[in-house]
Amino acid sequence: MPKFRPGFRFQWEPAQNAHVLLYPEGMVRLNESAGAILAEVDGQRSVADIVAALEQRFPEAGPLADDVTGFLQDAEQQHWITLS
Amino acid sequence: MTGTESAQASAPKIGPPLWLLAELTYRCPLQCPYCSNPLDYAQNDQELTTEQWVSVLRQGREMGAAQLGFSGGEPLVRQDLPELITEARQLGYYSNLITSGLGLTEDKVLAFRDAGLDHIQVSFQASDPELNNAVAGSRKAFEQKLAMARAVKDAGYPMVLNFVIHRHNIHQMTDIIDLCERLGADYVELATCQYYGWAFKNREGLMPSKAQLIKAEAEVNERRRMLSEAGSAMKLIFVTPDYYEERPKACMNGWGSLFLTVAPDGTALPCHSARLLPIEFPNVQSQSLQSIWYDSPGFNHYRGDSWMPEPCRSCDEKGKDFGGCRCQAYLLTGNADNADPVCSKSPEHDRILAARRAADHATAGLEDLSYRNPTNSRLFYRG
Repeated sequence: MPKFRPGFRFQWEPAQNAHVLLYPEGMVRLNESAGAILAEVDGQRSVADIVAALEQRFPEAGPLADDVTGFLQDAEQQHWITLS
Repeated sequence: MTGTESAQASAPKIGPPLWLLAELTYRCPLQCPYCSNPLDYAQNDQELTTEQWVSVLRQGREMGAAQLGFSGGEPLVRQDLPELITEARQLGYYSNLITSGLGLTEDKVLAFRDAGLDHIQVSFQASDPELNNAVAGSRKAFEQKLAMARAVKDAGYPMVLNFVIHRHNIHQMTDIIDLCERLGADYVELATCQYYGWAFKNREGLMPSKAQLIKAEAEVNERRRMLSEAGSAMKLIFVTPDYYEERPKACMNGWGSLFLTVAPDGTALPCHSARLLPIEFPNVQSQSLQSIWYDSPGFNHYRGDSWMPEPCRSCDEKGKDFGGCRCQAYLLTGNADNADPVCSKSPEHDRILAARRAADHATAGLEDLSYRNPTNSRLFYRG
């Protein structure tokens, strides 16, 4: 169940035309796919739910499980989110 | 029309100020001898009103600022802090409170959280009460800091602890990191003094020797390895002094590029030290933040690279470090246009070498430092 770590905030920034991740004295500007994945992280839904939601939103992209899982694992290693 | 367009095309593109630092006040209960506030801060006790700060926050957010720091002095002495935090949250800022922890209470920690504060950074001076309180110039600082660090964690904030490192506490790296682990810190900033403001005045008494630095780096790396093996998420950020580098830092990521500081009296600055430069900076009381950032001579002074003299002008690294820090160039060479003398290509790099040699032989104790307080500050504008 992916969840943002305490102190991390995900939001849309019009001035940067991008989603960003904000944390203590830091900010990451996210590319479109990272933004789309993290937008689904709500602490309620599982990785499988998130993959399903994204596949429904982007049917032309084909199966997304590998990409999404890989990105969420990276995000966990960066300590942006927790997975369990 | 065509003329305007081509003029715009040749000027450096100015992005929005993504970081806003609100220095709410210069008042502070502590007397740290490395304070980044101006030496003559006591001369200027004017502070913006709540309404003026709210206007600054609104304008900054409108322009694109996302990170907001409440700093000082000690920002907690401002009675309107809860109001400003509430406003910041409503505007969508990520707000950081940079505090000594003095004046903080468990109730305030919770009230700030409920008002939408995202993060509280508590600063420490050392890993033990004796040294901590001697550096801070306060007898009860350490216990209070410990209690507040715990309260911050309990309230669910990320715990960020900041230690300013200098020759009198650099031997404590391992103890400091142990303390942070016990407290459950998420981030630990081990920030070696940057020599501006009071720290420049006290540089000889603060700057670690090369030998001290090497030992400290080894200790930090060892702890990093242990933390990583233990799967700990605690992050150690060790900021080493640029005086031991051969290339300057890309100060503030470039002048007027990301950072906008507003000093207690409303003076807008490209960084919190820039006030010491012989440049006139605009004030938010008489100009909009928009025109300050994009149009004021102060903020445009060192944008781009057409201002650079040699050796920066023809240097192939000028796009990387922007010639280093203007304040450091001014403090060490008397001319803020010059290359930051940290750079080994600077004709005045010998000033850095001299400071390193001095650090090898320094004998000054804590009692020899000039502490940051109103009495000492007055010496810098009366004389």
